[in-house]
Amino acid sequence: MRIRNHPILDFEKKKEISFLYNGHKIKAFEGETIASALHAAGIKVLSHSIKLNRPRGFFCGIGKCSSCLMRVNGVPNIRTCITPVEEGMVVESDMQDLPSADFKDGEKENIDTDILVVGAGPAGISAAIEAGMKGTSVLLIDENYMLGGQLIKQTHKFFGSRRERAGTRGIKIAEELENEVRELEKKGNVKILVGTSVFGYYGNDGSHLLGAVNKIKNVMYRIRAKKVIFACGAQENMLSFPGNDLPGVYGAGGVQTLMNVYGIKPGKRVLMVGAGNVGLIVSYQLLQAGVEVDRVVEAMPRIGGYSVHAAKLRRNGVPIYTSHSIKEVYGNGKVEGAIVAKLDENWNFVEGSDEDVKCDTVCLAVGLTPSARLLFQAGVKRDYIPEAGGYVAIHNREMETSVKGIYVAGDSSGIEEASTAMIEGRIAGLSAALSLAGRKEGHKEIEDYISTLEEMRAGPFGSKAREAKRKILEEALNEGI
Amino acid sequence: MKEYEKTGVIALNEIRIPSEEQLKRGVAITECVQEIPCNPCVDACPVDAISMENINSPPFVDYDKCTGCAQCAAVCPGLAIFVVKLEEEKALVTLPYEFLPLPEKGEEVKALDREGKEAGKAIVKRVIKKRDRTCLVTVEVDRELAMVARNIRVVK
Repeated sequence: MRIRNHPILDFEKKKEISFLYNGHKIKAFEGETIASALHAAGIKVLSHSIKLNRPRGFFCGIGKCSSCLMRVNGVPNIRTCITPVEEGMVVESDMQDLPSADFKDGEKENIDTDILVVGAGPAGISAAIEAGMKGTSVLLIDENYMLGGQLIKQTHKFFGSRRERAGTRGIKIAEELENEVRELEKKGNVKILVGTSVFGYYGNDGSHLLGAVNKIKNVMYRIRAKKVIFACGAQENMLSFPGNDLPGVYGAGGVQTLMNVYGIKPGKRVLMVGAGNVGLIVSYQLLQAGVEVDRVVEAMPRIGGYSVHAAKLRRNGVPIYTSHSIKEVYGNGKVEGAIVAKLDENWNFVEGSDEDVKCDTVCLAVGLTPSARLLFQAGVKRDYIPEAGGYVAIHNREMETSVKGIYVAGDSSGIEEASTAMIEGRIAGLSAALSLAGRKEGHKEIEDYISTLEEMRAGPFGSKAREAKRKILEEALNEGI
Repeated sequence: MKEYEKTGVIALNEIRIPSEEQLKRGVAITECVQEIPCNPCVDACPVDAISMENINSPPFVDYDKCTGCAQCAAVCPGLAIFVVKLEEEKALVTLPYEFLPLPEKGEEVKALDREGKEAGKAIVKRVIKKRDRTCLVTVEVDRELAMVARNIRVVK
């Protein structure tokens, strides 16, 4: 299951450790998560659904889907996919109790900051860098224990122009961003908390009040921030079909995390559902990891991703079936195969077109939904914008929402690319920092970033984002944001 | 709808094919026809042979200026640039390659077409390992495979 040789990545041999899983000793390597270590040990059922007791497997790999909740060192409901494994840890599955309300043994810490950035992906780190460089104090928090968000698994080279680091692999961009923000950390401008979840917004007493927790370290943070930037990313969409919850059905991004961050193969043979850029790129990366890809099915009549990505797959012998989708996944407790079929122009399955695809892994690459619950809880004006991927916070050109001093950036503000997320983050960081410094008018740097964004969205592949942002900005204008 | 939007395979009539003379000198062929926001090939070209109206336009290679140096092929995020050079009886195709095992110089490998089907044999003439780990592999194939061979399979 572990990848030994990889054309792009090096998986250095890390120190071997062990932990207890339901009383059994499991080997792991330092630096990996509990869920990935279990996967490498062949344990694919991570939990069971509470009502019907159906098995649940690894799905999103980034702390969004709750399939991997376990009790760790006695603490219930730990997301094992974003929790690093430690020597001697005691992990128990199927212990989804409600935690007790008191927190009497935990540490409590108060943090006052100029700017709180929630999420340390491309948008969040970029925001923290811009604001930190302006001399404001920044607190950057992420629930993962690594910085970089989804960049850390993106082994492909980025598109765009040189200024957006085009031609550079996402993993390298993550390193560069981390180095930049760590420099600011050394200078004392940016404080970084990883493995820490911001769980709620508690109003404004002149500063915004938020709560955060590190469940493994048992520390609760009470945060007061003059400005807050939410850059919480997105979560992968599910598709409804019989068997969609069988262990072995993964989010395509979850598989990308498993193989490119932790060096673990999801299985031997994959059916990819969705031929957008995520589906195409992850299929290619599966081939690079030495996993077979049976085919890619796409419900739309055309391939949604870039033709150059499709071409890479095709010349490696992977067929792409447009106007085809998945009907069901079958298997006894795990994926053993899937039925795919052709779709007619009314999106109905064509009778007699069923094909049985033998595979042990099904990847869903069927879009993303913005993670914006904290924003909504904070009471920002929101709307359902299909082109943005769902409900999003209405924001102005400088990424400020209807609640003064609360900003949004990246996929949280509408699904797009990492390259545009980085620019949105820079805009939000600059805008928040300059507003603290008492700026009243426009600003050249911000205007430059805004025109770069417009340029990047100008082509046909930017039409969705363009339309999403047009609607959002129009609403912001009407609302006087 | 274009055929490649359905199949992912680009047809020859979608590509600007250089003249015989230009191909004899060896030129970069960009199999990149959609409007996507991307321009590293323009920056990578040492002789300014690649141009673009704006960042979303497909690249345009001036085949008379292009020296076939393959710097663009090394940097292209879409792995969509190939250098083709016609020789007396054979053709040299330089392609980006990101798989293991890497082929070695002198080795015989399979030439694959745009659908991954075997198109003939290929002899590896050169392997350049780039720092970002996209390799440039130059293979010698039969002349009629010059515009067909776009991938290789290493048989080990």
